[in-house]
This record gives sequence, structure tokens and C-alpha cells, in this order.
Amino acid sequence: MTKKQLTKDPLNLIITGVGGQGNVMISLIIGNAFVRDGFFVTVGETYGASQRGGPVMSHMRISKNTQYSPFIPDGCADIILGMEPVETLRMLGKYGNPNVITIINPRPIYSIDVTGGHAQYPDLDGLVQTIKELSSQTWLINATEEAQKMGSHMFANAILIGALIGSGVLPLDKKSVEPVLRETFPKEIETNLVAFNKGIKLVKT
Amino acid sequence: MANIEIDAPGTSQLFIGNEAIARGALEAGIGFAAAYPGTPSSEILGSLAQVAKKMGIYAEWSINEMVAMEAAAGASYAGIRALAAMKQNGINVVSDFLSNLVMTGTGKGGLVLVCCDDPSAISSTNEQDTRPVAKWLDIPLVEPGDFQEAKDMTKWLFDLTEELGTICILRSVTRIAHARGNVKLGELPKKQHKAHFEQIHDLKHVMPTTFTPTPSPFRHFILHTKLDKARDKFESSSFNRYVGPDKPELLIITAGSCWLYSQDAIESLKLRDKVGILKLGTLWPLPEKFVTEHLNKSNKVLFVEEIDPFIERSVMELAANFSPDTKRPVFYGKRSGHINAYGELNPDMVIKAISTIFEMKYQPRDIDYGKKAESAAKSNVPERTMTFCAGCPHRATFWAIKNALKLDGRDGFVTGDIGCYTMALGPAGFFQVRTVHCMGGGAGVANGLGKLGQFGFDQPVIAVVGDSTFYHATIPALINGIYNQSKFILVILDNNATAMTGFQPHPGTGMTAMGEPTKAVSMEALCRSLGAHVEICDPFDLKNTTNTLLKMMSEDGGAKVAIMRRSCELVRAKKEKSPYKVHIDSEKCIGEACGCDRLCTRIFLCPGLVWDRKAGKSRIDEVICSGCGVCADICPQGAIVREAA
Repeated sequence: MTKKQLTKDPLNLIITGVGGQGNVMISLIIGNAFVRDGFFVTVGETYGASQRGGPVMSHMRISKNTQYSPFIPDGCADIILGMEPVETLRMLGKYGNPNVITIINPRPIYSIDVTGGHAQYPDLDGLVQTIKELSSQTWLINATEEAQKMGSHMFANAILIGALIGSGVLPLDKKSVEPVLRETFPKEIETNLVAFNKGIKLVKT
Repeated sequence: MANIEIDAPGTSQLFIGNEAIARGALEAGIGFAAAYPGTPSSEILGSLAQVAKKMGIYAEWSINEMVAMEAAAGASYAGIRALAAMKQNGINVVSDFLSNLVMTGTGKGGLVLVCCDDPSAISSTNEQDTRPVAKWLDIPLVEPGDFQEAKDMTKWLFDLTEELGTICILRSVTRIAHARGNVKLGELPKKQHKAHFEQIHDLKHVMPTTFTPTPSPFRHFILHTKLDKARDKFESSSFNRYVGPDKPELLIITAGSCWLYSQDAIESLKLRDKVGILKLGTLWPLPEKFVTEHLNKSNKVLFVEEIDPFIERSVMELAANFSPDTKRPVFYGKRSGHINAYGELNPDMVIKAISTIFEMKYQPRDIDYGKKAESAAKSNVPERTMTFCAGCPHRATFWAIKNALKLDGRDGFVTGDIGCYTMALGPAGFFQVRTVHCMGGGAGVANGLGKLGQFGFDQPVIAVVGDSTFYHATIPALINGIYNQSKFILVILDNNATAMTGFQPHPGTGMTAMGEPTKAVSMEALCRSLGAHVEICDPFDLKNTTNTLLKMMSEDGGAKVAIMRRSCELVRAKKEKSPYKVHIDSEKCIGEACGCDRLCTRIFLCPGLVWDRKAGKSRIDEVICSGCGVCADICPQGAIVREAA
């Protein structure tokens, strides 16, 4: 059993982005780390459209006591990890509340409605400002940009996991997450660990 | 997928419901598993196949659900515990066999059908409910309420099916099948499987040496005795339980994931001391004594279940048989309008139903915050219409189909089928698909359309079907089209995988579920042997594909076949690097001044192509672009440049 305490039970975490970005993978890593630390974890995923550019979200409910449902009730998110900015705002509209904490990667992914000219993507600065106004605390993590510097945008996920852990909003530390990362990325573990540590550093600066 | 064969009894793992079911089957000592992929059921067989060799079991992706079920029954007859898994549509495919299987009974090996339903049809064309099938065909049916139960129930169900001598169904839904939760592992058996078709002689199998449904009335009577026995077992099952006050003001009767929503709802409403939950795990036959005992606890009963009012009607039927002087509670549910009879439920919908009954207000967040957040999301968040992945061969195929039909000029159209390419109903496939029903349905519909020439019909008809769907259900429709000389083109989108459900192999891939190389069934050899005119195209060669289709449309004769051969981009990208590096020559792209009216970003709609409003030109999103290079062939200015990567 762990000595680490949840700030709230259940703790409701949303991981959101666009299909193909890897939200299922992030939720698996965080979820497994919690289960190994003795928590009950329920994760609800958006499936089906997940590879096809649709909005995706993982609802994670973490508890010491029981198995919660895979849906966070409306207005009841505690933390939102946004892999994409407008998707973060979509989640705030439904699940946000004055206490919600947001960690966002501000790199937009345009939908075909935007690229085709049928819809407009909002001005990024204004969008980030709105997210900040709707959150009790916001961290901006340029995960895609930092990952590209490392050679591939694919490392953005490990950076975001690092940011989530480094922010201290979850009762999980580096030691709980690292072994899960090693099992998930056996081939590219060294680069992913560099990315993970970069995320921890970015959130603290 | 998780490591379901981990030999660590007592430890907790994070499993999706499907992995929990697969683990339960392993703990039950199954020897045989067969399935056809279908969301949300695919990971059951997928995870079993991954460990099959190590565990000494057999697992296969069957050509369709019917063969999967029949094959599993064969294993049961030879004394091997067997499982068949499918999504709700699969039940329709197997129902003919099932309706006879219930009469013949199972063999010495237990036989379990796992069906994952998809309320709200998140990854389906319909939201059919499997539970009434159990009642219709006299099959015991159970449903797990969480991930632990998914494992434990599967294991227990194998004992039950063997004891009863009849097939049992484990029904699950998307929010258990595809959600993740804690599963505490049990022991894995260390037994060797020994298969032998025995000449059984006992009371359970009345006609011992033959598994046949006749004489039907007698076998039907025997089946009913099996159901009575199942009901007796269910009366004391620990999968049915009541939690709540002794005399609740409201009694919720629920099952499956709705049990989790009901618990969330009464916690959110802080009504734990007023509302009790009767959670059922064994749904058919209904454990009547157990339910009656709890029904007397409260004056008000709310049924919380998705899709059909299955439990609601079963309990009402039970209450109708109460003696006239018995007090009956007021029933709330689908009939009263408190719970929808369509779409999936969630905690908020249950909160709404309960707060309506209690006439109470529920306010989860500050009202002003809520208004501000909702309005900010509404005015800033653009739609994300589903589309094919960047580099998907289907986009190129539908581009060629669209142009060929336009050039032909006779108002031709496409009948569709089930797979990623169903998205061609929308902008992803340029709105080309006009009909979608079930697996193989598009080719069947085309058969009828192609025979309407005598009534003046001369529109070209193209039936599109994926490679896996071709093997699953399209071959009889193609034979019919050749035999009856129906005029249509069957376009097989051969991307060498069952892509939509997770790239499972199929008879054309030359690979089995357990990763063994096997003899591939060549679709072109098969079609040619039937006498069809067959053409094979690379859809990335837009010009040749368009011309081939155009030529085929102008030819007389019965059903023809055009195979569009190009690997799924997601499969290709895992194996090799991108073929091209694509960029826009900003000198050549003249934006709005070009007569193309933004052909690449507005019409072709690959998510890797972005219209840069500020610059008034197209550009490539390097994070999304897969480097297929097809767009270079559609730009009239030659502004899209592909260079070998």
C-alpha cells in the first residue's frame, strides 16, 4: 500500500487530443503506474474514430476505495492534460469547473473542416488565454516543438507525461512511472526517458 | 495489449474488459477460441491469439462469425472448452446455427459465446441489444458489472455451460469491453488438453451419438429443463447483489456498466441512505425468487439499463404474476420516460432520472462558470469531421471513383459496406457512397440494381467492399451477380488488413491469428475462377485507376471485379519510412488566383494539407503528412512537390 494520498477521491483526470496523437498510450502508462501503487483506476476511452482525426478523450478515475465508472460526470474534472489546445477547451466546456488544473501542448492539429475552409481555428493566443481564464492553474508545455528538436514529434507524449508528473498534481512520482515507460517503449527507451525528463524540467521552469 | 498470461495470482492488473474476459477464459482452461474482429469485441481473440502458443491453446480469426461459432462448437463436441467472440452484428450472422445448437446441446467441453454490444453505435451501424436474443433462443445470459467480474464471470460460465450442457452467452458493452480497470488475477490451470469426439451416453445428451436438433419438440422440452436449472443456480449467484438501506425510498435495478453509473449517480446526489441498488449479473433466465424478495423493499423501482427495456419487461412480467393482494411498486424506466430506450447511458443521465423522481436540483459546478465555459467552447471549438488518415489508399480510390463516374456522365453511384471506407458517405470519400447496411450488403444491393436495365436503368453501379469484408460475406453476392448476369463493378479495397478493427489478418493475408504463415486465398484467383473479369489497380496511380474503372463501366456483361491494392498506411508506416518528402512550392502555388478553387485543401481533404489563410496558399503539415505523394498528382499548377525521402 502506498503512503501517497489523493487530493480528492475519486481524482478525475482527462487526457484529450486528436485521434492518432496517443492519448490511449498516455492513459495506459499513468493508469498502470497508479494500479501498481495500489489504487483503483478506471479509464474510459474514445474508441472507433481514434485513428481518424476525431476528438478523443480518456477519462481516468483514480480512487483508494472503489472502481468508479469510466465516465467523469459533467463539470467534475480535476485535471485536464490537453495534447491539443481546442480539444482542451472542448473538455473545459463540458467537464471544467473553477478548480480545474490544465496542462496543455499548444500545437494545433487542424481538422478537415478547418483545412477545407468550412470552419475556422481560433487565434492561438486568445485560445490559450481563454483556457487560462477557465482554469485554476495552467501549464503551457511546447511538447511537439521540443519533440521535433529531438528528432520526432512522437516524443511529445513522453514530454507531456513528464510534465504531468513534474507538476505534482498527481500522487505519482518519477519512480512509479519510469518502470512502466521502460515496458511500454522497450526499443526507444533512452530517448523517451530524455523526453520524459525534459517534460519534468519544462513544467518546473 | 496487456500481458494476459502473466502468472502472478493475487496481483492487480489494469485490463480492458476484453482482456479480462480473455484472462478469465485462460483461467477456465479453454483450449479453443475463434472470432471475427468487430469493435468493441476484437481484443478478446486478439489477446488470446497473442499468448496461444505459449499457453498451448488454439486461437483463430475465422472468416466470419458463423464459422467461428461453428468451429467452437466442434471443439466443444470433442471435449475442449471453447469460446467464440463477436460484436452485436455477429449475433445475426450466427443466429441460424445458434437456433439449432440450443436444441443439439453442447459437447463435454463448455461452450461460451461472448458478445460485445455497442450502445450508441460508437463503432457500429446499429445498437442492437443481444439480451432479447437470449430470451428468444433460450440461452442463459450473464453480464459483468465491472472488470473484475468480466474475468470471474467468464471463468465461472465455463463451469455452468458444462453443467447445463448448453451454450451460455456473456454479454458485455463498450464501456466494459473497452474501458480499463483493476483485475485481480487468479490461478492459471496447468492441464493438458485431450480432444476426442466421444460417443456420449447420459441423460443430458438424449440422442448420444448425434448432435442434431431433432426430434425438435422433445429437445425443446429438454432445453427448458436446462433453463430451469440455470435459473435455480442464478438464485444464489454472488453476481447478483443488493447494496443499500433496508427500506430504500427508491430501489434501482440495474446491470453491467449501468451499475457503475448508478453508483456514481447516488454518490453525486448524496442519496446513499435513501437509494438502494439491486445489481443483477445473471439476466436470463431471471432469478425470480431473488428479485421478488428485493422488489418488496421499496414502493418505487427505477430500471437503469441501456437500449431495450429487457430487465424492466422481465420484472414487470414477474410482477404481473404476483397474487392479487400483493402490493406492487411504481415502476420507473423506459416506459415512464425516465430512461431513454436508445443510446448509451452515463452517470449524468442516471442523476437526471433520480433527481426527477426525488424532485431535487443537482448543480455540479458554479452556474456562471458553466455558462462561460460552454459559450467559450461553442464559439471557439471547430468541428472535427472524421476522415481517412493521411496517406490512406481509400482517399485515392474514391478520388478515382468520383472522377470515373463524372467522366462516364450517367449519374453512377456507389453502394457501400462496413469498414473504414464507410466514411466515404461523407467528405472523406467525396460523398460517393449512397447505401450502407451490413457486411456484404452493398454487393447484395448492387445485384438488384444491376438487373434493372429492362426498366430503363443505365446508371453505373459500383459496390465497394474491404478485403476482409469480401471474404466474410461478399462471395455469395458476387457469385449471384455472375450467375444472374447483374451489371455492377465490385471494387475490393485490398489494404491487406482488417484495418478498422486493428489490422487483424484475414484469409488473403497469408498469416494466421497466431502469427504462423499460411496459404493465402488469392482474391483475384478466386474471382477469376468464378468467371469474373478482374482488374488490379494501384489506387495511388490515379490516372490508370480512373481509366480502368471508366472502361469497365462501358462494358457489357455481369458482375466485374476491380481490386484496389495498396497496404493500409498505418500498417505500412510501422514497417518502413515514408516514400516521399512532400512540400509546397510557394512560388508555384498561386492560391485563390488559381482556377482550382483550393482543390487540394478544400476537396481532396487530406489532413496533411492545410490552407494557410494569412499566406493565401496551401502548405503541408509535416506532423500529419505521411509522404504518400498522391496530392502531387492532383495539383493543376504542379505546386505540390514530392521528393524521394
